[in-house]
Amino acid sequence: MLGERSSVNGKNQSLFKDRPIKILLAKPGIDGHDRGIFVLSKAFRDAGMEVIYPGLLPKPEDVVEIAVNEDVDVIALSLLNGAHLTVFKKVVDIMKKRGIKDIAVVGGGTIPDEDKPKLEKMGITGNYGPGTPLSVIIEHVKKRAEEARKLKMA
Amino acid sequence: MSILREFYHNATDNVLNRRLINDIMPTKTKSFWQKKLEEIERSKSGTNADYDSWKKRTLDPWNEKTHFSPAEYTNSSGFDLKEIYTSKDIPNDYEKKRLGMPGEYPFTRGIYPNMYRGKRWTMRMFSGFGTPEDTNHRLRYLIKHGETGLSIAFDMPTLYGYDCTNERAEGEVGKCGVNVSSLKDMEVIFKGIDLSKVSTSMTINAPAAVLTAMYAVVAQKKNIPIEMLAGTVQADILKEYIAQKEWIYPPEAHIRLIRDMMVFCTNNMPKWNYISISGYHIREAGASALQELAFTLADGFFYVDLGLQAGLEIKRFAPRLSFFFNSSINFFEEIAKLRAARRIWAEVLKEKYGVTDKRSLGLKFHTQTSGYTLTWQQPLNNIVRTTIEGMAAVLGGTQSLHTNSYDEAWALPSEDAVKVALRTQQIISEESGIPDVIDPLGGSYYLEWLTDKMVEETYRYFEQIDRLGGILEAVKKGYIQKEIAATSYKRQIRLEQGKETMVGANKYVDEDEKPISILRISRKAEKAQVARLKSVKSKRNELHVQKTLLDLENAMRTENENTFPYIMKAVEAYATLEEISNVGRKVFGEWKEPIIV
Repeated sequence: MLGERSSVNGKNQSLFKDRPIKILLAKPGIDGHDRGIFVLSKAFRDAGMEVIYPGLLPKPEDVVEIAVNEDVDVIALSLLNGAHLTVFKKVVDIMKKRGIKDIAVVGGGTIPDEDKPKLEKMGITGNYGPGTPLSVIIEHVKKRAEEARKLKMA
Repeated sequence: MSILREFYHNATDNVLNRRLINDIMPTKTKSFWQKKLEEIERSKSGTNADYDSWKKRTLDPWNEKTHFSPAEYTNSSGFDLKEIYTSKDIPNDYEKKRLGMPGEYPFTRGIYPNMYRGKRWTMRMFSGFGTPEDTNHRLRYLIKHGETGLSIAFDMPTLYGYDCTNERAEGEVGKCGVNVSSLKDMEVIFKGIDLSKVSTSMTINAPAAVLTAMYAVVAQKKNIPIEMLAGTVQADILKEYIAQKEWIYPPEAHIRLIRDMMVFCTNNMPKWNYISISGYHIREAGASALQELAFTLADGFFYVDLGLQAGLEIKRFAPRLSFFFNSSINFFEEIAKLRAARRIWAEVLKEKYGVTDKRSLGLKFHTQTSGYTLTWQQPLNNIVRTTIEGMAAVLGGTQSLHTNSYDEAWALPSEDAVKVALRTQQIISEESGIPDVIDPLGGSYYLEWLTDKMVEETYRYFEQIDRLGGILEAVKKGYIQKEIAATSYKRQIRLEQGKETMVGANKYVDEDEKPISILRISRKAEKAQVARLKSVKSKRNELHVQKTLLDLENAMRTENENTFPYIMKAVEAYATLEEISNVGRKVFGEWKEPIIV
């Protein structure tokens, strides 16, 4: 089954093969703590990825829309205001509704351990907190991007 | 000029940018800052023969013999540090011209003649979460345990001017602070608290005027004259664009509303400090100590200009501006920063603005220990970090202090953790002997060199900012934000490389971390707030509400009208925070930040 966007986009598979990992960083809630996301933007770029950061205060539907338009491999969500369970969920719900399966979603911020399984269950992986080495995050993103890429090429 | 700025804005390498500005834009006349820099340069003693000969005679042979390979010693500000400092590292006229005595110009040693002997710093613990009832309970708990000033944190919807019922507020109500959607919530927060006896600090910026109006109306309803109200609102909108990023309108609109509040409070609320110029968030966003100092003071002078433009007399409003600094983990760097802040403020106000009034020249500040330095790993270590940072704040001469709780890297602090944090201050105050003598580290060669260096480098930043067209322009172009992001990234890389240490996080790591018990905010708060707002709306006089909002809109559209009394009227009619903010959204529009990364 092709998702809604795959059928309209008509893909050139060879483009996907050689293209660097494309990642959208987003803070989908009303939260201005952007120190971490700036650090990650630079780190992902230094790791050879193509990074898109749309600035603060995008709505969950904006995040999905940008991800689709930009054809990213990964959406990285960050919140440090405690609203991750509600707001991250909105993003994946919209993706589900739109039938988007070939974009991986990872999360991060101040996320208590007990919330992590709940997020994993929604398909949001990583969920790293402050102090996580950049290399760990980058490796995880690479792994998830590879999975997404396989789905894109399928 | 504009082409250069465009180029500057688009370039990514900050170092390159700075060089560019220096090369292409030679200034014709010497600026105030250039003169200050030259003055500092002239006062330097040049070589330090004592150090040089000691190094040659004793240090180098020792290092050679012990096969010592020198590590890199710098601080967050990027200053290279020598092994030792001596009197030769300090200018000859230092004590007389740059140090002074406590309570005297340039106030480097403290703004009061007797400092903590006369009055200890106010132990002001930031609190606020969940429902107004929860916060009311926490405030009373703190008052009972000896806290002497209240400090309120608001949740994200409140900070952005949204009601709890807004679609975007879902899941965020009461999470990072208390939710205030209407006057009713403020009435509950301060229930049973005598507003004529406490001083209240409210960390609110974009909607600062609305919350100040609410506080004033709560007092009026309790028959307390607003002249008696003591406290502070943060209302530092420049640092919102720089660091905290909680804005509603474009900068100019917020600046206008702040101006109105300044004028109203200067005339009607003499004990209300209407702007707390904040470096805290700038630092937490990744800035170095130097950047925190320079950008915060640049903001401060911007507000001085704003008051002057509004026709206020400087000695009537400068004493009402207070500052809010971060105290991070590099002990001496923080103390030097705080001492330098007082000196710069006094020097610039006196020499550039011609101020002679002592109360205006003395820079007062609140300090909070650094949240960024706390680790979620081995959380009890955070008590030690906070102690070091709290001591630095006191040695830096702070007027009030918030010490962070050890569990704050995980969540909002629990009651037990808050108590330890408050006790930390009480131990510094009453057991350590630190406050017994004024500025006890004054005269330390290292500290005085560092203080002087902080001042010098701050003037260099001021020069830079002026060349960009002033702080507002520099912020709108994203220059300041880029400087901070660059520093923050550099520090992160140093941590990754093990060049800097965070105990328990990148060194001395425990294999299995045990979770600690943390405060969780349930969705109950959200439900309760939504229900209350509905009830408020059903009981109010709708026609009257609409009229007050329309009057406010007209006032906002008239540049010379003071909006503050109109905001009070709307608040009194139980117009909600979002309804009031929406009037501004309609008149001024919203703001989209420049591209930073």
